[in-house]
Amino acid sequence: MSVDLATVRRVAHLSRIAVTEEEVNHLQGELNAILAFVEQLGEVDTTGVEPMTSVIPMTLPLRADVVTDGFYPERVLANAPLGEDGFFAVPKVVE
Amino acid sequence: MTDLTRLTITAAREGLAQGHFTATELTTAYLGAIETAGALNAYVLTTPDKALAMAKASDDRIAKGEAGPLEGIPLGVKDNYAVDGVRTTAGSNILKNFVPPYESSVTANLWQAGAVLLGKLNQDEFAMGSSTESSAFGPTVNPWRRKGSSQPLVPGGSSGGSAAAVAAHLAAGAAGTDTGGSIRQPAAFTGTVGIKPTYGRCSRWGIVAYASSLDQAGPIARSVNDAALLLRAMAGHDAKDSTSVDLPVPDYQQSCGGSVKGKRIGIPREYRVDGMSAEIAALWDKGADMLREAGAEIVEISLPHTKYALPAYYIVALAEASSNLARYDGVRYGERVAGRDIVEMYEKTRASGFGAEVRRRIMIGTYVLSAGYYDAYYLKAQQVRTLIKRDFETVFAEGVDAVLAPATPSPAFGIGEKSGADPVEMYLQDVFTVTLNMAGLPGISVPAGLSSEGLPLGLQLIGRPFEEQHLFALGQVIEDAAGRFEIPEKWWL
Repeated sequence: MSVDLATVRRVAHLSRIAVTEEEVNHLQGELNAILAFVEQLGEVDTTGVEPMTSVIPMTLPLRADVVTDGFYPERVLANAPLGEDGFFAVPKVVE
Repeated sequence: MTDLTRLTITAAREGLAQGHFTATELTTAYLGAIETAGALNAYVLTTPDKALAMAKASDDRIAKGEAGPLEGIPLGVKDNYAVDGVRTTAGSNILKNFVPPYESSVTANLWQAGAVLLGKLNQDEFAMGSSTESSAFGPTVNPWRRKGSSQPLVPGGSSGGSAAAVAAHLAAGAAGTDTGGSIRQPAAFTGTVGIKPTYGRCSRWGIVAYASSLDQAGPIARSVNDAALLLRAMAGHDAKDSTSVDLPVPDYQQSCGGSVKGKRIGIPREYRVDGMSAEIAALWDKGADMLREAGAEIVEISLPHTKYALPAYYIVALAEASSNLARYDGVRYGERVAGRDIVEMYEKTRASGFGAEVRRRIMIGTYVLSAGYYDAYYLKAQQVRTLIKRDFETVFAEGVDAVLAPATPSPAFGIGEKSGADPVEMYLQDVFTVTLNMAGLPGISVPAGLSSEGLPLGLQLIGRPFEEQHLFALGQVIEDAAGRFEIPEKWWL
């Protein structure tokens, strides 16, 4: 499978990465090189093979559903580009 | 006094215990060495005040007879480990001002054992790379050079800063991470020892995620014994990582020097890839001889799905990366670039904050997970992953104790040599290391010889899950037979 320019633009948007027209051309070549490389997996017969979900067989551990951490909003917000009154601030989302 | 930075961790512990020097003196020696080695660009941040305060605390504990297993040992930490109050960037501009208010579990274990933090080490951006060239801080330079040449070489990657610092005596040891070979390949390129433990052995909590089902923490050190000491301190169960395994951590140092008599070592015929250099092939044979002379039995084995590990990796890892890196949206942490609405803000933030390789990998990952392609790519790759793991399970069930293979297809290459138009050329660096990440198995890279041009070459031993102790025993046999490899000249001084 190979991607066309429209697909590159669509994938960039899905990835939330702005791309210039010049980058789209470059990316098409690079993405197609990688996709051509992974194409060889088609040779492998995987009929009836379980897809791996956990590399080490283990049961996901459970813990009591209680609050174990928190209560320091100033630390949580310390790295936020923009914070206000104990909240993360973003551009207006709903009109 | 002899140069304290030349000492292995094992020797430094001895010197500290006997009072030949203090932790403060040892740390000061390392801080001095780091200052003279700016040309290598191994560190992205040094923390001298913190280092000296930690060393002073170590001296106090040594005086009181309360020394931990790594008391006063100065270490560097790859920049994808969160260290409380210390800038942590994972080599990316998007995190260039990120100061975590928490500590990763592995580094917390190291400080608990008494280790001293010298600073944060360079890496490929988000650990995506095999050369440390994709860092926002510029490339790290390998302290090794070809005989008679001054061409700068890469230290491998993504833990290239860690490997270069340990090889150049800018840290007694270092913490790295390995998703597809990022500890073992740079160890091989710098004449150091690196081990990626079994998936689940070390906690991933507080380490900047790349591909969560493949990422593992591990040490880079100057000897097999040093690596054993470091891994023992780093490993252990952690309730904050649901994939961390609740198993006792053996005293790995006890295994170094242990007998390997009667161990069956598999030589996988599929690893004799087309175009393998004669030098690497000869090194591999020599490694088998070393183990045979120590009493091990060498048997040829087959791991039929080997050639599919790398393409399957590039689907699984990139899919997971696209999901993990969705968190860098310019809202909760990291850099933000304004836009006219929130979507444009996301798109501009991510376009400017991520480097080219990271953007490429996120986009591939997004594509293979997108509607209509999931089964053809991601599901298929996870099925192939099952087959790769089954290959190893089969040979282990047939009585093979460990597998011997080269660590890399070549010695260190020049900076800029493999960053051309085709990204796959760089990806092929991981051909011998990536199978272990796909199967969750432990692997150690041990220096075993020099190339004709005087560059270090490494061999890799692959073990059964949670049997790292056997890798230390086998690795010690290689080290005893091949010797340790020191840089001939500190040309950067």
